[in-house]
Amino acid sequence: MKKKYSIFALIKNSLSYHENWQRAWRDAEPKKEYDAVIVGGGGHGLATAYYLAKEHNLKNIAVVEKGWIGGGNTGRNTTIIRSNYLWDASAGLYDHALKIWENLSQELNYNVMFSQRGVMNLAHNQHDVRELKRRTHANRLNGIDCEWLNVEQVKKFCPIINCSPDIRYPVMGSTLQKRAGTARHDAVAWGYARGADSMGVDIIQNCEVKGIKRKGDAIEGIETTKGFIKTQKVGVVAAGHSSVIANMAGLKLPLESKPLQALVSEPIKPVIDTVVMSNAVHAYVSQSDKGELVIGAGTDAYISYTQKGTHEIIEGTLKAILELYPIFSRLRMLRQWGGVVDICPDASPIISKTSIKGLYFNCGWGTGGFKATPGSGHLFAYTIAKDEPHSLNAAFNINRFVSGDLVDEHGAAAVAH
Amino acid sequence: MSNNYRLSTGGQISRSEPILFKFNGKTFRGFKGDTLASALLSNGIHLVGRSFKYHRPRGIFTSGVEEPNALVQIIKDQGKTDPNLRATQIEIYEGLNATSQNCWPSVKFDFGSINNFFSPIIPAGFYYKTFMWPASFWEKVYEYFIRKAAGLGKSPTKKDPDIYDHSYHHCEVLIVGAGPAGLVAAKVAANAGKKVLLVDERPNFGGNLNFSNSDYNKINGLKPLEWIKKTCLELQNNKNIKILNRTSVAAYHNYNYLIMVQNLTDHLSDKNKIGKIRQRLWKVRAKKVILATGSIERPMIFDCNDRPGIMLSSAVRKYINTYGVKCGNNISIFSNNDDAYETAITLHNKGVKIKSIIDIREKSDGTLPKKCIELGIKIHWKSAVIYTEGYKKINKIHVMQLSKDNSSVIGRKLKIDCDLLCVSGGYTPAVHLFTQSGGKLDYDEKKHYFFPTKNTLSQISIGSCNGTFGLKNIISESQEKTREFLNIKEVEQLSVLEPKSGDFENIWLLPSNKISGKTKSFVDYQNDSTANDIKLALREGFKSIEHVKRYTTTGMATDQGKIANMHALGIISEITNTKLGELGTTTFRPPYSPITFGALVGRNVGQFFDITRKTPIHDWHEKNNAKFEDVGQWKRAWYYPSEKENMHDSVQRESKAARTSAGILDASTLGKIDIQGSDASEFLNRIYTNAWGKLAIGKCRYGLMLNDDGMVYDDGVTTRLDENHYIMTTTTGGAATVMGKLEDFLQTEWPELKVYLTSVTDHFATISVCGPNSKKILEKVTQSIDYSDSNFPHMSFKNGLIDKIKCRVMRISFTGELSYEINVQANYGQSVWKKCMAAGKEYGITPYGTEAMHLLRAEKGFIIVGQETDGTVTPVDLQMDWIVSKKKYDFIGKRSLYRSDTMREDRKQYVGLLTNDPKEILEEGAQIVAEVKNKPPMNMIGHVTSSYYSPNLNKSIALAVVKNGKNLKGKKLYVPMPNKTIEVIVSDTIFLDKEGKRLNA
Amino acid sequence: MLIIKCPYCGERDHSEFSYGGEAHIIRPKQPTELSDDQWAEYLFMRKNIKGIQYERWNHSHGCRRWFNMARDTSNDKIHSVYKIGEKPSN
Repeated sequence: MKKKYSIFALIKNSLSYHENWQRAWRDAEPKKEYDAVIVGGGGHGLATAYYLAKEHNLKNIAVVEKGWIGGGNTGRNTTIIRSNYLWDASAGLYDHALKIWENLSQELNYNVMFSQRGVMNLAHNQHDVRELKRRTHANRLNGIDCEWLNVEQVKKFCPIINCSPDIRYPVMGSTLQKRAGTARHDAVAWGYARGADSMGVDIIQNCEVKGIKRKGDAIEGIETTKGFIKTQKVGVVAAGHSSVIANMAGLKLPLESKPLQALVSEPIKPVIDTVVMSNAVHAYVSQSDKGELVIGAGTDAYISYTQKGTHEIIEGTLKAILELYPIFSRLRMLRQWGGVVDICPDASPIISKTSIKGLYFNCGWGTGGFKATPGSGHLFAYTIAKDEPHSLNAAFNINRFVSGDLVDEHGAAAVAH
Repeated sequence: MSNNYRLSTGGQISRSEPILFKFNGKTFRGFKGDTLASALLSNGIHLVGRSFKYHRPRGIFTSGVEEPNALVQIIKDQGKTDPNLRATQIEIYEGLNATSQNCWPSVKFDFGSINNFFSPIIPAGFYYKTFMWPASFWEKVYEYFIRKAAGLGKSPTKKDPDIYDHSYHHCEVLIVGAGPAGLVAAKVAANAGKKVLLVDERPNFGGNLNFSNSDYNKINGLKPLEWIKKTCLELQNNKNIKILNRTSVAAYHNYNYLIMVQNLTDHLSDKNKIGKIRQRLWKVRAKKVILATGSIERPMIFDCNDRPGIMLSSAVRKYINTYGVKCGNNISIFSNNDDAYETAITLHNKGVKIKSIIDIREKSDGTLPKKCIELGIKIHWKSAVIYTEGYKKINKIHVMQLSKDNSSVIGRKLKIDCDLLCVSGGYTPAVHLFTQSGGKLDYDEKKHYFFPTKNTLSQISIGSCNGTFGLKNIISESQEKTREFLNIKEVEQLSVLEPKSGDFENIWLLPSNKISGKTKSFVDYQNDSTANDIKLALREGFKSIEHVKRYTTTGMATDQGKIANMHALGIISEITNTKLGELGTTTFRPPYSPITFGALVGRNVGQFFDITRKTPIHDWHEKNNAKFEDVGQWKRAWYYPSEKENMHDSVQRESKAARTSAGILDASTLGKIDIQGSDASEFLNRIYTNAWGKLAIGKCRYGLMLNDDGMVYDDGVTTRLDENHYIMTTTTGGAATVMGKLEDFLQTEWPELKVYLTSVTDHFATISVCGPNSKKILEKVTQSIDYSDSNFPHMSFKNGLIDKIKCRVMRISFTGELSYEINVQANYGQSVWKKCMAAGKEYGITPYGTEAMHLLRAEKGFIIVGQETDGTVTPVDLQMDWIVSKKKYDFIGKRSLYRSDTMREDRKQYVGLLTNDPKEILEEGAQIVAEVKNKPPMNMIGHVTSSYYSPNLNKSIALAVVKNGKNLKGKKLYVPMPNKTIEVIVSDTIFLDKEGKRLNA
Repeated sequence: MLIIKCPYCGERDHSEFSYGGEAHIIRPKQPTELSDDQWAEYLFMRKNIKGIQYERWNHSHGCRRWFNMARDTSNDKIHSVYKIGEKPSN
């Protein structure tokens, strides 16, 4: 077991100049065989391993990660957490995650800084108003907190939004989910890694999957840069690289991997204490506990694995930011970066078995996977352990693309893609 | 003690132009040409800011873009204040008012410095380990206080009054950096006739050569400044070259696309700023790029290396040579290389006392150290500074001998008084732009730096950014590499004089006589991350450099690790025993130095945020008090309230008029596509769900377009104008995407079809006149059209004339009334509209907006794509099976209608809803349930898509999609609202005139 | 931002073009004869290749012609452009 983190532990360790802290996780080398191997050491993958060990009594688990844990989209997103999705299936999925978030720091004994400062979704035209109200009503009847704010209430809740009727696309109202908010992205990966490690999960970094070995229609193991690993269950949580792994197994997925960018400003004293998103005037912004404005941009239209998007996307995003917050014009962009997001045609994820026995995929989170991290891991662990989906992820099977029973969340997915 | 640190002569400042400025409320004097940093230093001020975490007093550390400490806020007014600017980059001007940041009540006495006292228990990442109990305290208590401490400077609170600009530039050669390397390259390129753009972030050219000691460095016999001046003059007179100063390259993208920002007015006095563009963003496409971005001097990492009065050696040399400012009176220097000796000699020659030089090396055989010995300056070889004293200003250094292997300090501790410590840890090539462009680095184990190797673009690095040091090497490399890169035959040769340089030696983390836990050796000054923080991270298993960076926040401050990163990497490599080349670097992310949002956005603010599309009749609507709604980029007349009317009243009046007499609508925004060609009918057959082969010339037909996934995508009426000529209308929002989709299919799937498409949306104005009196009005407006039902029945079209103007009139209806649509060339739109108004006056013709149009069509149950549909609705769901051809072999979307889910009988289907109380208007978007529960969750079976109060039926009506709706007619359902539950009855979707009699009224 | 050589107009800036997804996915001539699985394969399943991908682009702010491109999605390097109906040159 790990030694517990607390203020007392900090004080006690300060006496020995912090030289006696334990490792948060071991740097494991692969064993010959595992009961289950998770491919991808991001938040979702580590959470999957954590819940496999914790709730499904699987003890011999590995997470293999091509680079360093949390180095993909987990460490590159704008950390927004919310569950105000339209359809029952998505609302169930994302609210399941939100409920776990609410107690995650205590559960992991790792402060993931989940801050329920509220998320607003602004409406800028009649169509927005209708669609956002539709979501508000759906959320309410699904037991998810969500309110509708008129323009005066928007102004009051977040005074720096430009609510003037004279702007190009005036704000006409907003939804507000108060339980929503942000968290510290790196901490989620590290917290789950520490938790999983303490239950014996091997976290193997710098270990890239090179092939999937099958015997007939069943998984036999994976070839990696650190050798062959035998296992009968492989859970792939490789985000932008999901198709690359799928192709190794001879599968095709309904995914396109595209660059998504984000940026931060230099740190300033707090001016915005909530998260504001706008689809029509495409921009979303929050402010970190360090004081940086965290701004999400959109995806480029074309497939790219470069982790680089075009400058024009950044420019378009900031244009929208200044439309809504003209006071930010003199602030400065400190850093911009990109990630690779795997996008499904219906803007909903896949958490599913495949036609190959023992091969499972958790992918297609597009631009908004971070918020689902704990729920995604929890449900994926269930699916892998039981070889059948949990009722909460049953709708997110791959077969929906054959039957046509899609979960179209383009409206709620925040980024037009 | 005098506060005047300005020498009586020397420097490049204009001593005849004194400038008064304010710092922390007090007025100081500097000269034109000063930076805020040099002006403060000339007044004896080092303490400028406080660090982020521990609020430790911090002074000016550098002389440029890499400054981590001396950040200030510039104050003008609420709209014009700039946080986090570097004092080392601000050129002073009359009216400048700057303050320290992140301190309260003042930089000299800051309550936040209590954090320094707690520093033993708040090492890197402490916040991950605490603030978890009790759970409810995180946001309300802990985070509340953390956020109080967040941030450095303050945001403006009003709109920015300044303007920003964008400019595009194409050139053969872009040269970044106008130091000696860049200047030489520019000259070579421009003389060979290349079209060159030369940029530098500083106001003056010459780079570090600008403040080099002229006794030891000469080019073609000229002193550095003379050579720079001569070269710049030559360049300025060369027509092939464009030169920009104060221009920082922010980002280097693929395909030699570079983003740079030029500062145009920040250095001007308030008076001279007026009416000028503040900053210009340049977007440059260069055929070839030459990077000459120089290098950044490194600090030394030892206990308490962060006090005010500790400065980079090159910065001290710059302050005295460029600004005539000595940074102290009693100076010590701590070095591992010969460059610092140039600073020593420069200071000595200007009469400033050099107390001692501490050098970690055993010796140096360079020219400059020898000279220092001659001058009688005390040099402590093989020694290190291990500690400094002085809270707000350094006053003492502790020095000890280094052990043979440099792993510890030995011997007697020496305390040396000083008021300035120059540190010089060697130079790091500025490879930021090179790596941004996708270039790869290698590590030189001997010279201890990363340098550029492979890259895929047409690009070279020259000078110290390429790891080339020493004036001679830099100049010869620049000439030779530029010549080769640009394919130039011969270049003028330059003779260079430089001092002989001794070897450079490197220790990433200097040893201490204390146990390491007791030291505070700062690596990232601004974020207060120390060598111990890095060690802690490694100890806890954060082994990847990205993990260490994120766990300790090293390199994440506003200087983005320009000072910190190399040492952080060095320390990690030493502790983990990994070669730096294998360790690699963290990613260098754009921008190189922060850029304003304003510059990035340029003119695209306010009314230029997005294009506004207006119909040819827009002015008339405006004059007649129309309220507008945004539909895509279009402004559409929404309703036309009279003085006393609210929206409801206005819409009710307009809707009623359209049914009782005549209404007129501007429908010009509808998409219009002209389709011609011998295969046009076949094309429509494949595009629409219904059959088009038999549509007679002169007839109109409504069509529904699907995506190949079977979901409704667009709709509209298409008219057959001639055998091979159709005009298609689309929804307003769908016009561009429909056009794109049709072109796509035509070019890529069906290239064999002879069909030609032209978007004519903007070429026609479309005026719809409806109501029982519409025919009479049309008869007055147009000539030569016989409006009899037999000649001109519903769903047909006629060519006509309005005076001499050609028009097309379609008899089609979106309201269920007798209705005509006039299409005329756009520029006649407004006059035809006015003609209709005049002709309809006797019938009380009433303009109606989009809201009334929506109401009128809802009374008839006509769908609006995007309102009744949302990308999940098939034509069968809309109960429009009649429009889906069973006979056609294929059309776009057909196959998808036969999948297991799309064939389900109980999908959500299009229905009407009526409330028990005819006055109760449902909310659009409200959810529908079959069974009400006391509390959620409730099983939702559909939602209200459209809802209005119908003045023609005197009751509310609504449209909805409901699960299994087609079998629920007459059934009672519920709409649970937050404060009440509304009962509804499922009805037909057509509320008015089911038989369609009014079409022929 | 890419520089794309439109086969009809020559080199132009990326901003003049729009992307059209994986190339050489031919719309089935007889959709009704496909199984649901086969139809889903056409509609949704994509190679999403990391490496050289054959893809469709449209010169939407220029000649509005569609064409194909071979581009390495791991570094955005364009290897060739060719007209609809043609084969890649390499």
